[in-house]
Amino acid sequence: MQFMLLFSRQGKLRLQKWYVPLSDKEKKKITRELVQTVLARKPKMCSFLEWRDLKIVYKRYASLYFCCAIEDQDNELITLEIIHRYVELLDKYFGSVCELDIIFNFEKAYFILDEFLLGGEVQETSKKNVLKAIEQADLLQELFPCLKRPCVARELYVRGRCQVSTHYCERT
Amino acid sequence: MALKMVKGSIDRMFDKNLQDLVRGIRNHKEDEAKYISQCIDEIKQELRQDSLAVKANAVCKLTYLQMLGYDISWAAFNIIEVMSASKFTFKRVGYLAASQCFHEGTDVIMLTTNQIRKDLSSPSQYDTGVALTGLSCFVTPDLARDLANDIMTLMSHTKPYIRKKAVLIMYKVFLKYPESLRPAFPRLKEKLEDPDPGVQSAAVNVICELARRNPKNYLSLAPLFFKLMTSSTNNWVLIKIIKLFGALTPLEPRLGKKLIEPLTNLIHSTSAMSLLYECVNTVIAVLISLSSGMPNHSASIQLCVQKLRILIEDSDQNLKYLGLLAMSKILRTHPKSVQAHKDLVLQCLDDKDESIRLRALDLLYGMVSKKNLMEIVKQLLQHVDKAEGTAYRDELLTKIIAICSQGNYQHVTNFQWYISILVELTRLEGTRHGHLIAAQMLDVAIRVKAIRAFAVAQMAALLDSAPLLASGARRNGICEVLYAAAWICGEFSEHLQEPQQTLAAMLRPRVSALPGHIQAVYVQNALKLYTAVLQRQEQAAPDPQDAPPDADADADAADAPGAAQEAAQLLLERLPQFVQSADLEVQERASCVLQLVRQAQKLQARGVPVAAELSALFAGELNPVAPKAQKKVPVPEGLDLDAWINEPPSDSEAEDERPRAMFQEDEPRHARPKAQEADDEELARRREARRQEQANNPFYIKSCPSPQKLYQDAPGVDHIPVVCIDLSVPLRVPGLPASEQYVKLEEERRHRQRAEKGGRKHRKKDKAGRGGRRGGSLPDSDEDIAPAQRVDIVTEEMPERHRPVAPPKSPKKEAAAPKERKSKKPKKEKGRGRDRDRDRKAQALDLWLCSTPPAEPAESTALGTPSLDTEVPTAPQQPSEPCPDEGDREPEAHKKPHKRKKQRQEKERSGRDKKSRKKRAEDGPPLGTGALEEAEEEPLPPMSSYALLAENDFVRMTYEVRGSLQGGSQVTVSLVLENLSSHVLKSLELGVLDSLNARLARPPGASAHDGVPVPFQLPPGVSNEAQFVFSIQSVLTAQKLKGTLSFIAKNDEGSTHEKLDFKLAFTCSSYLVTTPCYSDAFAKLLESGDLTGSCVKVDGITMTFRNVLAKICFHHRFSVVERVGSCASMYSRSIQGHHVCLLVKQAEQSVSVDVKCADATLLGSLLDELRATLSAC
Repeated sequence: MQFMLLFSRQGKLRLQKWYVPLSDKEKKKITRELVQTVLARKPKMCSFLEWRDLKIVYKRYASLYFCCAIEDQDNELITLEIIHRYVELLDKYFGSVCELDIIFNFEKAYFILDEFLLGGEVQETSKKNVLKAIEQADLLQELFPCLKRPCVARELYVRGRCQVSTHYCERT
Repeated sequence: MALKMVKGSIDRMFDKNLQDLVRGIRNHKEDEAKYISQCIDEIKQELRQDSLAVKANAVCKLTYLQMLGYDISWAAFNIIEVMSASKFTFKRVGYLAASQCFHEGTDVIMLTTNQIRKDLSSPSQYDTGVALTGLSCFVTPDLARDLANDIMTLMSHTKPYIRKKAVLIMYKVFLKYPESLRPAFPRLKEKLEDPDPGVQSAAVNVICELARRNPKNYLSLAPLFFKLMTSSTNNWVLIKIIKLFGALTPLEPRLGKKLIEPLTNLIHSTSAMSLLYECVNTVIAVLISLSSGMPNHSASIQLCVQKLRILIEDSDQNLKYLGLLAMSKILRTHPKSVQAHKDLVLQCLDDKDESIRLRALDLLYGMVSKKNLMEIVKQLLQHVDKAEGTAYRDELLTKIIAICSQGNYQHVTNFQWYISILVELTRLEGTRHGHLIAAQMLDVAIRVKAIRAFAVAQMAALLDSAPLLASGARRNGICEVLYAAAWICGEFSEHLQEPQQTLAAMLRPRVSALPGHIQAVYVQNALKLYTAVLQRQEQAAPDPQDAPPDADADADAADAPGAAQEAAQLLLERLPQFVQSADLEVQERASCVLQLVRQAQKLQARGVPVAAELSALFAGELNPVAPKAQKKVPVPEGLDLDAWINEPPSDSEAEDERPRAMFQEDEPRHARPKAQEADDEELARRREARRQEQANNPFYIKSCPSPQKLYQDAPGVDHIPVVCIDLSVPLRVPGLPASEQYVKLEEERRHRQRAEKGGRKHRKKDKAGRGGRRGGSLPDSDEDIAPAQRVDIVTEEMPERHRPVAPPKSPKKEAAAPKERKSKKPKKEKGRGRDRDRDRKAQALDLWLCSTPPAEPAESTALGTPSLDTEVPTAPQQPSEPCPDEGDREPEAHKKPHKRKKQRQEKERSGRDKKSRKKRAEDGPPLGTGALEEAEEEPLPPMSSYALLAENDFVRMTYEVRGSLQGGSQVTVSLVLENLSSHVLKSLELGVLDSLNARLARPPGASAHDGVPVPFQLPPGVSNEAQFVFSIQSVLTAQKLKGTLSFIAKNDEGSTHEKLDFKLAFTCSSYLVTTPCYSDAFAKLLESGDLTGSCVKVDGITMTFRNVLAKICFHHRFSVVERVGSCASMYSRSIQGHHVCLLVKQAEQSVSVDVKCADATLLGSLLDELRATLSAC
């Protein structure tokens, strides 16, 4: 995988992870271009598109788009599965995740992603193991204002629940 | 103390944490930028505080801002501080920030090496994990080289958590530092059988990715993977293994055969779509690679197609899309199996998703055959009617045309049908592809002789019909078809039933609203029609003398008496309108035609037959010319096509022409004939001047950018007030047969053909009568359907000139052919030789261009087989690293500044290298290593940028200065201190007398005269490196700073206070930062004219050019932009952004350097330094 982007329906970037070295300028350009392309697609369209020499796989969960870029020979379906797996992980960790969780605890979202993928490759296929690693790392963490276990004033916002759907890969 | 702590924590309470920041940003939607800049100011304040907690908080906020698109590279150093915190909480934040914003250009990244190494060996697995994760994002070649060993050790860590990460990150390390692959590979292979499934899958991942880059080195692992594939149940792993096999099979067909069975088993058994899809893809790849070698693979293909059908039928859009995608892969090799599913593909054309529809269209293109073409096109036409959105409709239209015309119309059996399809397409509203349809009409009418009568009739109807003249049609280009229609009617007017009527249609007043180039064709072809009318009349009345009175006699002649006169009258009446046209071409042709008609009328009145003379104007058969026809034209004697007309420019000169022109000429030997170059420049200058003049001259009619544009949106044409009476015209052009009927007709025809075959004996005569149709045999097989009309031309050969239709084998041609071939042979070879030469040159150039640092030019690829085609140049002597050879050998005390020692080491090393190389060679097939074999040519001399600073009995100081682009105007001084005594040296402190221009960055709170403590002690015989940052005001001149190192030397007898004075020299080169530059940017820079230039020439240089370049790169931090022969352009940039460009040229024993720089003072200083370096060469 070359990179993963999370952005909202309004086109705001919520998370970005680059597994290939690119300059900031290039990253911004790609992000802008992709966000536009993906947002312009109609909901009934399939989740894949060819873009430059890469394949883009994206999926929308509630108000968030998860968007991955993979190379030509990579498997689109397994990439969808990776996205889905990541959403499930976020869901488990935050307890029914919503966009605000990711905004306010973006570093947590990164930590989870880093335990799941490393250098663009799947590192751990077991959800249990990923969450265990995160929990234990959190235990090590001392009380620190911005890094506490998340508690967002949720009642203030309307929540968009992420839906969990089609699987292309059996869970193992 | 306690008070201070309380105070600190109260302070902290008022700091914003991340969530406050996020909330703040959300609350300041209107003035977000202002709010954020305010926050950044606060963060800067926080970063200045001592507390790591505050700093970590600040860095965490910065990471968030970075995601919003703000530049936080200025905080790189603070991020490193937070990374090196001992508490996991902070470390985690620090590494996250680093992984998000560090990249190869971040210069402080080299400061992290030791910290990362420490974290990697930390007892806490989470520290190690965090460091590994971070490193995977920002690993640079330097870091990879220095840390490869540590990571390799971690691959055998006791905890699977660490092993897993270490294995995965090794892939990134291999990419950056390919030399590490060979030593690490055995261990990586071991991990394939690791007891932990996570580690195992990580190893599979890494090897799979490596194998995709360079499969042949991993063939030997196939049995192992085969075992894994048959035993593993983890779909993630299975997918990777299958992908790996997909990469390996093209190299080893036997492997493919072995794979088919387990793969088909998996296809049958798995319920996971992703795995199924991967298997199908690999089976397809395997079958393609052994397309000939496998006897009965049709079963597997059938299986794949079946499964894909299931995917396509699925309601899930994603599966549908992928199914179609995979189908198109099968189509390439097994079109028959896919054609069976035509219905399915056609269904997909109705899909809501446009990307699916387009995929289906792609598939259809490959699926058509003689048998199904008509049906498919019919369906497509229905979709055209239904389609919404012009883009998709246009796509459909081009696809229809592409499908029909592919392979030289090989699938079209009935051209009447095709012409009527084209006519139907003209009714499409708003298409942009009028010219495409027109081109097809012309092509078919010219090449298919049998169809001309039909085509002419259709075209005449088109000309007659009103809709195409409507203003809407004019605007969007569908009127282009009129161009074809008019031309076809004129050229083949002998087939025209009623030429007068067509002539009248072509001369209607509304025609003058058409684009100019179409009007021109109208006018020209009006004359042809007139000729036709005249001819008919004269033929009807063979005796011209009594033609007028006699005319009634010939009642069944097509032309009524005086038809020619009527036609001439019509022309004379209408043509003046065209003579006044604004379009020059129309004007010219119209007045020419007008005169001709007048003349003809005059002659006719005298009873002179003119038809023959007029038709001579257009006589001659149009014969299509094959693409390779030029070959048939014999080369005239005495003409040598391979000889140069002018002197060939030498390659090197051609290449460096641009930069050269910018630099002053100082080397006559190298100069090309000057006059010529001046001529070129002069010409260009004059041309430009002329253009200017023309632009300013109001009487000069300016050239139009393109004729196409002219007629499409020339305001003049559209604004001519034309009364358009748009009665609601029915979409169907009256009198035109609809294409559908042809489907039926064709069916009948085929049926008849089949029947004919049965009763051929009886009807032989009948058949012979029908010209143009090949007596064929016929039943259902596709190839046997005989076309109703034949396309005149094949792509390969061409009929000799003036021979209307070339019989397939004429004796004349056969006789000619060998002769030609003989005469051509040597020429061809010569040409090829030159091509090859050029290729080789281009290759060498490419190679050279891709390795930005000049250290290893071509030979790196000429020899060794780099297993990873990494995009990153991995030359070991990259200029940006200080001691390239030591890092991996002595990871602990890895900076030995002693020069002599180093040279010795170097020698030893090269000796060892040789040995190990030999050993490697004996090892058998390479495991896939990037270890680039050393150059056979001439090894680069060892280079070090560390210079001796000062030395006494206790300590020796060497240093190196390096600029940083990131941190504003700063340089980093790396100071290596080596303890030469038997004392322990402690309390080392560096005092520097700041100058106006250069100031040492001291810890906050220290005064300008305080020393900066060195953060380590030196036991006897030990050396260590410390780094100090200086901020520089002006980088234009070199300068020196005085300073003192004070320390306490302690041994058993006691301790003494010692001092060592030194002078720190900052050369101008040390303010430069190696910055890569593309040649076009470089040329632009030079063209900008902002740079001043000067040059230096040094004689008596014996070193090779490569090494000279390497030296300049290394010592002066340049990067090579382009190198051609003994000439190279180089680029660098100062920390304050001055551009510096070099052109280095080598002649015998001398090297000259042209320098261009944004600042004259800097230029002078650099010139001196370059001269010094070159003199030492």
